Amino acid sequence: MLTVLLLLWPVAAALLLHFFKGRAARVPALGAALVEFALAAYAALTFNANNSGQFSFNLNWIPSAGIHFAVGMDGLSLLLVLLTAVLVPVILLSAFRRNFENESVFYALVLFMQTGLVGVFTAQDAFLFYFMWEVALIPIYFLAGVWGGVNRARVTFKFFLYTIIGSLFMLAGFVYLYFQTGPAADGLSAHNSALASFYALNLPAETQVWLFWLIFAAFAVKMPIFPFHTWQPDTYTEAPAPATMLLSGIMLKMGIYGCMRWLLPVVPMGVDYWQNLILILAIIGIIYGAIIAIRQQDVKRLIAYSSLSHVGLMIAGVFSLTQMGLQGAAIQMLAHGVNVVGMFFIADAIESRTGTRNIADLGGLTRKAPVLTVCFLVLLLGTVALPLTNGFVGEFLLLAGVYQFNAWMGAVAGVTIILGAVYLLRMFQRVMLGPDSSFTETFTDLTGSELALLVPLIVLVFWIGLFPNTFLHLSEGSVLNILNEVVKR
Amino acid sequence: MNSIILLSVLGLGNLFLGFRRSNRLLLPVMMLILGLVLTVNFIDWNEGAQPFFNGMLTIDNFSVAFTGIVLLTALVLVPFSQKYVLDGESNLAEYYSLLLFSLVGAIMLVSYNHLLMLFLGIEILSVAMYVLAGSDKRNLRSNEAALKYFLMGAFFTGILLFGMALVYGATGTFVLSEISFAVQNPVNASLTPMLYIGMLLMLIGIGFKVSAAPFHFWTPDVYEGTPTFFAAFMSTVVKTAGFAAFLKLLVQAFPAANAQGIWLPTLTAMCVLTLLIGNVGAVAQTSIKRMLAYSSISHAGYLMIALVAYNGQLEGASANGILFYSLAYSVATVAAFGVVKLVADARQREDYNGLNGLAKTNPLLAFSLTVSMLSLAGIPLTGGFFGKFFVFSAAVENGYIGLVVFAVLMSMVSIYYYLRPIIAMYMRDTDATTESPVPVSTFQAGALLLLAALTVLLGVLPGLVAGVL
Repeated sequence: MLTVLLLLWPVAAALLLHFFKGRAARVPALGAALVEFALAAYAALTFNANNSGQFSFNLNWIPSAGIHFAVGMDGLSLLLVLLTAVLVPVILLSAFRRNFENESVFYALVLFMQTGLVGVFTAQDAFLFYFMWEVALIPIYFLAGVWGGVNRARVTFKFFLYTIIGSLFMLAGFVYLYFQTGPAADGLSAHNSALASFYALNLPAETQVWLFWLIFAAFAVKMPIFPFHTWQPDTYTEAPAPATMLLSGIMLKMGIYGCMRWLLPVVPMGVDYWQNLILILAIIGIIYGAIIAIRQQDVKRLIAYSSLSHVGLMIAGVFSLTQMGLQGAAIQMLAHGVNVVGMFFIADAIESRTGTRNIADLGGLTRKAPVLTVCFLVLLLGTVALPLTNGFVGEFLLLAGVYQFNAWMGAVAGVTIILGAVYLLRMFQRVMLGPDSSFTETFTDLTGSELALLVPLIVLVFWIGLFPNTFLHLSEGSVLNILNEVVKR
Repeated sequence: MNSIILLSVLGLGNLFLGFRRSNRLLLPVMMLILGLVLTVNFIDWNEGAQPFFNGMLTIDNFSVAFTGIVLLTALVLVPFSQKYVLDGESNLAEYYSLLLFSLVGAIMLVSYNHLLMLFLGIEILSVAMYVLAGSDKRNLRSNEAALKYFLMGAFFTGILLFGMALVYGATGTFVLSEISFAVQNPVNASLTPMLYIGMLLMLIGIGFKVSAAPFHFWTPDVYEGTPTFFAAFMSTVVKTAGFAAFLKLLVQAFPAANAQGIWLPTLTAMCVLTLLIGNVGAVAQTSIKRMLAYSSISHAGYLMIALVAYNGQLEGASANGILFYSLAYSVATVAAFGVVKLVADARQREDYNGLNGLAKTNPLLAFSLTVSMLSLAGIPLTGGFFGKFFVFSAAVENGYIGLVVFAVLMSMVSIYYYLRPIIAMYMRDTDATTESPVPVSTFQAGALLLLAALTVLLGVLPGLVAGVL
């Protein structure tokens, strides 16, 4: 029941937000997001880490087709629901600084999207999963398209087209799988679409080999993995900062989560067949993203390419099919979410003060804004994976997992840490240190509310870095279950 | 049967109201009539099959359900005729009565049991449409549309009639069940080619009415010329009734394997062609009305998938798929035409740029058109998604995977043109012709909200309608 509440509350709040016009919507929107956070926190506190599926709810949704509104959380779902619940209030707060047109609609869309995200992370039925997957897409299309930059129409159209085409392939795959299942438990329909029935399917290897691509297409676009990534830097750059944070902080995790929950255990032989190819693509993405990031002049684009590089490592970890790789992906999803949202927030803070995102135009911010510098440095070092920060735990596990699968691949993937340090520290040096530029003369430090937004992120950077077990033990059971499903056949 | 009687009587009564020359009275009366008939229609629900006129018509759940859709479509469409009311259109009572009479034709199409009734239904529906297509008398395009539709329509009616005559010649009967029997047990094998030709000619005749390719060519021109209000009626009511009639014909008259061997490949080829022409044609359009016309062709293609994936019964996946799809499609299409009409009336533009910045001037219109476009594109959270889902899964279940793959590819194409109005409304700024708000009456706002709510309701709780047959 708690899961249903987590799903219904944001959408109800989004509808209620209609009664608040413009700026008056700020406080209720934030309030709603904080209530959602409280619900998620309550779920985390009462969660029994030794059990799988909890807070389950199952309702016959389309009886004639055996489709159920089935939701529930295991450790992995819980981690991502928590991430969503933490980041959405932060993202809403970050939007307060701007003066958007139709603010209430903007916040309502963010809350609406939260329902879709929580739905993706908790769905136990293939059609509910697909449904929620698209529910999350529609608001972000409008968030990026209506409030975005100059090229918003073209860029968001490309984004929408890429993702929807990916999704349609996934739907086709699910429909195929659906017709392979047996009757629903209540016997009302010939087939059913429950996650468990998909796991129980025993498809021949040849089928799984092509089925893999149908399902993987949607995840590949969303993450995005090289070469399906071309929408990503443009969209991240053109979208308004809060939408970029939603995209990079949470939405990207839908793809990785999808792989772990809906790909590996459903078509294990297909995964086995394509494992090397996906790992190579992921590693190409790591290196390619990092090298392009080095050349970027635009702060937002740089972070976008760095995100591409980091997600490559997560994909590699997942497809290493090792416990360490999957655990690393689980924790890195949290760490990356926290870091990338913080980095985009600071990039936005700099842009809103100076009016430029161009690295060459900036410089000497340290003297004007010491607090901002410290916050930026912490998040940046977290991204670079300095020991004791959140990034380290994840990257270590991921690299160990990839290394376990193939030492060479592990070695090449490891270059990401070096390259990451190169482009991020270079950016830090040119933006924060050095001589003042004409753009930064009147630069002011973070305000109280901005700091209030960054503090929880910084606390999380150290919390995940110092006590990773708080989170790792939550996902351990789920990861072992997933791997069990994979090796069973 | 209640609905046929009521519609005929009240339609006549409505004509007399025209003598009063009080247009303001007509609109509420019209909505009252449709609301009443819609309610009365459901008295027959689950009453079993009731034959009328010596079994020439049968009222069963199938016909009640489809009658419900056409009546509901008409009911939510009527508020958009308000401009005629305000402009003091002198023939309004006649227009409304023609709509009511044409609904009688639609109901006959969904409940016929005898080819004569099929023919009568098509003619009652079409003759009214020929007149209404030309109702904008001073507009050259409207005249052209009416003439084109009438000539083509008369020609294809002839083909349909010829087909019926050949089928009668080969089987000696007009009753669906007897035709089915005669097809399976031919008395004289030398007549079989005649039967098949007759069947194919009938297929062509109905294919024209539902604008299936290659008999679709009239659609864009006629829709463009026809006053938007009546074009909306054409693309929803005629199509819904036409597909119900199509399914009845195939299921009840030609289910035999030898007949199926002829019409199934024909229908599959028509389906592929319709999907291709509809979707590719829509991409190239600059006028929204023409885009909606091509979109209407493409939806005929999706509905034909359900015909192809037919399972030999009037109940089950195919019928349910057509029912759900027609409802979702009608609801979304009425909203789309409604908004296009309101915008065109106020701004005198029917191209995409005429919608620029509509989200700023009229958030309700923009929202409503967005929901309807997403539904037509088949995006989840809207009825259109489950419509496609049910139709496609019926086809996959019967092994038509290639056809479904093609349809999915085509719906990827459709996203391109369905997103264009949304981009114009939300992401482009207003210009000189588009900066003033479009006037919307309470009736129209109510109808648009109801349509959007229905679309979302169908998209969230499809179980309400899916599987009723």
